[in-house]
Amino acid sequence: MSDAEEKKNEPEWNEGDPERLYVITKGRSGSTAKATIDLVTLIVSRSGPTSGMQPEHSAIVRLCQSPLSVAEISAYLHLPVSVVSVLVADLLADERVEARALVPPAQLPDAALIEAVMHGLQKL
Amino acid sequence: MDFKSSELVDADSVVGPRAEDTLPSSATAAVKIVIVGGFGVGKTTLVGSVSEIRPLTTEETMTQAGVGVDDIAGVERKTATTVAMDFGRISINEELVLYLFGTPGQQRFWFLWNGLFRGALGAVVLVDTRRLEVSFDVIGRLEERDVPFVVAINTFPDAPTYPTEELRAALDLPAHVPIVDCDARKRASSRDVLLTLMRYLHSLAVTPEHS
Ligand SMILES: Nc1nc2c(ncn2[C@@H]2O[C@H](COP(=O)(O)OP(=O)(O)OP(=O)(O)O)[C@@H](O)[C@H]2O)c(=O)[nH]1
Ligand SMILES: [Mg+2]
Repeated sequence: MSDAEEKKNEPEWNEGDPERLYVITKGRSGSTAKATIDLVTLIVSRSGPTSGMQPEHSAIVRLCQSPLSVAEISAYLHLPVSVVSVLVADLLADERVEARALVPPAQLPDAALIEAVMHGLQKL
Repeated sequence: MDFKSSELVDADSVVGPRAEDTLPSSATAAVKIVIVGGFGVGKTTLVGSVSEIRPLTTEETMTQAGVGVDDIAGVERKTATTVAMDFGRISINEELVLYLFGTPGQQRFWFLWNGLFRGALGAVVLVDTRRLEVSFDVIGRLEERDVPFVVAINTFPDAPTYPTEELRAALDLPAHVPIVDCDARKRASSRDVLLTLMRYLHSLAVTPEHS
């Protein structure tokens, strides 16, 4: 993540505070996390937050008492999706949360799934 | 863990979803559709008009987005771009949730597309007939990535109206790609755009020769 270093010199983007984002993810880019965690992966906590958890982790555990997508977690925490993905990967590794997989991205979604979505939309 | 000094989040002050916005614990799968178009074309309006939750905003920064080599053409590499994406949610049934993401269509935002389109059902290209240029690039890019899409023409009062087939020719769209008019401010109209996409996807799933 040498990019994080470079960004220090760019005052116009300091509201994103990349340096601090870099610290809370401990410098990991989250490429492993990105392989399995999608914007719409639903995250559910297995238990409540425990003392001594990194505050970002305990905030996620608290939010995910009901299923919540990674995108929603990102929005409520005001953190970029890439950062949330890394934090969620930590929690998955520690078995603090479980991930409910996104419907397997087939080349083309199957007809039954599409029919289910159409049915849901027609009720709107 | 002594990361206290790094706290970006005060765990006690995070405001989560309102009670009525929580998903049931039976929710086990989620799918997404991407709404893409130029500035001010009505992406946020469309997402908001059909969403069951107040639309939310998530952001991504370019240097952390896993930029593919072909995605940074024309973009200065060291520029850290932060882009906000609006999204909304529709519960399809007890198990399945649909998310809608609005994203700007300009080429400099394409770095977002890897994560956005991976696993997406398809896309809606929102078009303002006063500014077709953005749509050309977006449509070309979606075709390259094999993302199925429909085109929705947002009907702004002072925008010129063209016969559908004229637009199809102007946008160089194959005959099988649906083009519909919409008023993104109206829930029924936005829902019909999504249904048009789903019907199109269904036709592709049944007879996939056009994909
Ligand atoms: N007449 C009409 N106005 C619309 C329609 N959709 C959106 N608008 C208006 O157009 C303006 C821009 O809409 P937005 O939804 O903010 O557009 P956007 O694509 O999200 O814009 P950016 O995020 O800034 O790129 C708003 O004032 C809307 O009320 C439509 O279908 N018809
Ligand atoms: Mg918008």
